Amino acid sequence: MPITEILSYGFMQRALIAGTLVAVLCAILGVFLVLRRLSLIGDGLAHVTFGSVAVLLLTRVGAQSVSLAAIPLVMLASLGILRLTDKARIYGDTAIGIVSSLGIASGVVLASVAGGFNVDLFSYLFGSILAISPMETWIAAALFLIVLVAIALYYHDLFAIIFDEELARSSGIRVAAINRLLVLLTALTVVLAMKVMGIMLISALLIFPAVTALQVARGFRSTIVIAAVCAVVSVVGGIFVSFVANLPTGGVIVLVNAVLFVAAYAFRRCKE
Amino acid sequence: MPEDLLNIQGVWFSYGGGIEILQDISFRLQSGDYLGIVGPNGSGKSTLIKLMLGLVTPKRGEISLFGTPVSQFTSWQRIGYLPQRLRNFNPNFPGTVAEVVSLGLLAGKGFPRRRSREDAVLVDNVLDVMGIGGLGTRRLGELSGGQQQRVLLARAMVGSPSLLILDEPTTALDPETRENFYAVLKQLNRDHGVTIVLVTHDTWSIGHYASRLIYLDKRLVFDGDFDDFCRSEEMTAFFGEYAQHLICHRHHQ
Repeated sequence: MPITEILSYGFMQRALIAGTLVAVLCAILGVFLVLRRLSLIGDGLAHVTFGSVAVLLLTRVGAQSVSLAAIPLVMLASLGILRLTDKARIYGDTAIGIVSSLGIASGVVLASVAGGFNVDLFSYLFGSILAISPMETWIAAALFLIVLVAIALYYHDLFAIIFDEELARSSGIRVAAINRLLVLLTALTVVLAMKVMGIMLISALLIFPAVTALQVARGFRSTIVIAAVCAVVSVVGGIFVSFVANLPTGGVIVLVNAVLFVAAYAFRRCKE
Repeated sequence: MPEDLLNIQGVWFSYGGGIEILQDISFRLQSGDYLGIVGPNGSGKSTLIKLMLGLVTPKRGEISLFGTPVSQFTSWQRIGYLPQRLRNFNPNFPGTVAEVVSLGLLAGKGFPRRRSREDAVLVDNVLDVMGIGGLGTRRLGELSGGQQQRVLLARAMVGSPSLLILDEPTTALDPETRENFYAVLKQLNRDHGVTIVLVTHDTWSIGHYASRLIYLDKRLVFDGDFDDFCRSEEMTAFFGEYAQHLICHRHHQ
């Protein structure tokens, strides 16, 4: 099938637009999260998203509104992870584990109450980027703008706290507030990404582009740029390959990311 | 009359209401001072630094910076801070030396913080002053311990602070690099008028360079210059004659 014909389909155009927006956001946030040693927060929040979607489907919220309705629940969970880390004196990975398992457990119990998993819930688990509606594309564009503007405004503060929290604090930066901002933006992005990647694979798009960029980049800004390029290449490439070969899109995107990571790693080793 | 840059009065501190780490600490620091704070492990030196920077809150007592209570202090660009080590520093951290040093300019910027062209000039200048010009595009993790410490000192200095606070900055350095580091600090104090507070285990070296010495062991045991420290009968009683002789002997060689 010629590429012009593939691009002429409305569902393909929406998939490419939403996929690119999600890829850029995941890549940028992923660099901060990986260096902040919070890379699994995406996985934890995705599991909470699963619980939230189960609640919303059970309460008969329209499928078009599920993403928007899940946002406050996932944001609350992201703040819960921070609060557990601060107040309960447990490490971040443990807090993520607690919130993550609670999210999955709630989803499974609620799905059982609703009489088992239905098609809608499965579409969130494994993604269905080719089924993105025009409304969901607009929501993705709006969330993309919100997250990107917030990152641009607080870029230097975020950079300062991932370099060293104590030094950031001694520069008058409100570290707790910036940490909250980072997890809230991650929560928004995870909700945005669930239709593209599927709940099970979201964290791959947060982690892979960042670690690929870290293999080859020199400088923090260039790390972000390279991560964003890798993420867009993997998502666009994944969408085309999965469409042509009739494979699951989320899975193909992860595999493309893995190939990029191996290539970057090999490039770095050759240079050393 | 020199300005009081730091005023600590009757400060007590304990972590989580436990044993008091610091007991009734009082002293003032004036513009142009070079203060060395020494004391054994667990004597509260690093905690005192954290109190000065408002990173922890005293149980009792008052701390003010440039005449303002530390809890209300906002002019952080007037203070440069160099920690003992970076917590959780990742050797693969991608930031370049120039990016890391420019973090020292953030405190003076309003919201949203933006870099200017002048910032790049300031960063280049401070790297030259620290003797690491030409390393601006290198990753911090690629540098030796001594070079990394100079980068962090450059980060602390780039905003031209009036007060420089350093917490055991030479722990990871070899003796030669350590002496060079102390010499750079002395130059900053003498030629640029930077007021310095330096915490260290190395009593002899800091005694050699600093104009004033505080010996801390949960309480303030001694406050004076190094010659007084060596002649002090109270210090002789505290250390024992032999230990005091060892500390001071190198000074008089």
